[in-house]
Amino acid sequence: MNARVLVGVLALQGAFDAHVQRLTDLGIESRLVKDVSDLEDLDGIILPGGESTTMSNLLVASGLGVGLSQRLHDGLPVFGTCAGMIMMARTIQGGRPDQISLDAMDIHVRRNGYGRQNDSFEQDISISSLDSPFHALFIRAPIIESIGKDVEVLASIDANPVLVRQAHTLASSFHPELVSDLRVHEIFLSIIHESLTTSKR
Amino acid sequence: MSSSSNTPQVGSFPVKRGLAEMLKGGVIMDVVTPGQAKIAEDAGACAVMALERVPADIRKDGGVARMSDPDMIEGIKAAVTIPVMAKARIGHFVEAQILQALGVDFIDESEVLTPADEAHHIDKYKFTTPFVCGATNLGEALRRISEGAALIRSKGEAGTGNVVEAVRHLRSILGDIKKIGSADSAELFEWAKRLQAPLSLVQEIAETGKLPVPLFCAGGLATPADAALAMQLGAESVFVGSGIFKSDNPAARAKAIVEATTHYMDAKILAKVSAGLGAPMTGIGMDEINQRYAERGW
Repeated sequence: MNARVLVGVLALQGAFDAHVQRLTDLGIESRLVKDVSDLEDLDGIILPGGESTTMSNLLVASGLGVGLSQRLHDGLPVFGTCAGMIMMARTIQGGRPDQISLDAMDIHVRRNGYGRQNDSFEQDISISSLDSPFHALFIRAPIIESIGKDVEVLASIDANPVLVRQAHTLASSFHPELVSDLRVHEIFLSIIHESLTTSKR
Repeated sequence: MSSSSNTPQVGSFPVKRGLAEMLKGGVIMDVVTPGQAKIAEDAGACAVMALERVPADIRKDGGVARMSDPDMIEGIKAAVTIPVMAKARIGHFVEAQILQALGVDFIDESEVLTPADEAHHIDKYKFTTPFVCGATNLGEALRRISEGAALIRSKGEAGTGNVVEAVRHLRSILGDIKKIGSADSAELFEWAKRLQAPLSLVQEIAETGKLPVPLFCAGGLATPADAALAMQLGAESVFVGSGIFKSDNPAARAKAIVEATTHYMDAKILAKVSAGLGAPMTGIGMDEINQRYAERGW
């Protein structure tokens, strides 16, 4: 359980530094991922918030998209926040037709589902495994419109899931990296540890 | 500053700053038509700045430069899915009210437009829409932050295609941040006085070693190498104005600048993306211009 882990943070565009900071706060070693070779030896990867169309372009231009998609389908634990969640989704509404879907999670998301920046908000949410509320920032956030039967909802606002898990994948429409509360990142770490335990047999 | 509440709160400072965080490591491009906005989005821009004329044309045409026509801003908003910014004149809080009502994602209180007030900037705390402001030095940056700016950019010298002023401003801001980091607590009072900035912000910099909001680079960037230079100096994103649509091949240049901003430390990639872009905008020397936009604002 205390094995050292190395977590990659996709660093093409967006709030990747904030994720690195949270991992550092947790004493976890991290690596910025800009190139296929950066995927080697990772125990998990975070896809940050930012603009999903920009990241999609850069995934294609750098050739990283194919390698990343392969690693995710091989079961590399992944945590996507906001734009990162959009890229993980099986289907995307309101995106660009040429936008990459890594198809890592059985969810259907609508880009900018909560509206433009003037509709961006912060709110306390209840997360099922946590005993006190988590303060969540939603920035031009995507809405999870529907989920597959293997997807577990860990938190929602009204009828809309905002934190979901499926096997070794975790996705949030909010930004846990922008607050000092580390508990959502800890959930991802526990997923990484589970995956290491099962893969060692 | 975060509130604890089960009801959603919009327009708070963390929410405004949050969008600035999402724009990091990206390129924000000036566009004057929906068609240009599409080219920018296709190339991988993380946001577009909607304006009537790019700075190079404002410089050439002269006259008073104002907020853009709302129809034009609506057209650009409808054309793309990425955030749309628009410019208000320094101190022109009614232009800012209009831009907020139009639902733009960020307001640039910009020295590129003709200032409307020679003493006061906009009280940006009165708005739910986040603001970006230009700065030539750390004092100016901190005064804008104290007025509620969620993002600071270097002013550089817009519309020149000459990166020298942006480099000067970045070095000045980041250099003073470094010096404050090694100052003792008594010296911080003197720093606040010299910078004409709130002591609390100077103390915060001494503690964290960085600006309380993201710092981007703007003003005169024209090539992929310019963007990478700004990033290596410590900018967290770049604005490119006239540099793209005043060049020979805007689509290719825009894409190359996006890639250069991501891979700013990798000279091999920079060499590859810099090749075959056609001519950049011509550019002008600082001694050839008669109006320095960077001197606007206080």
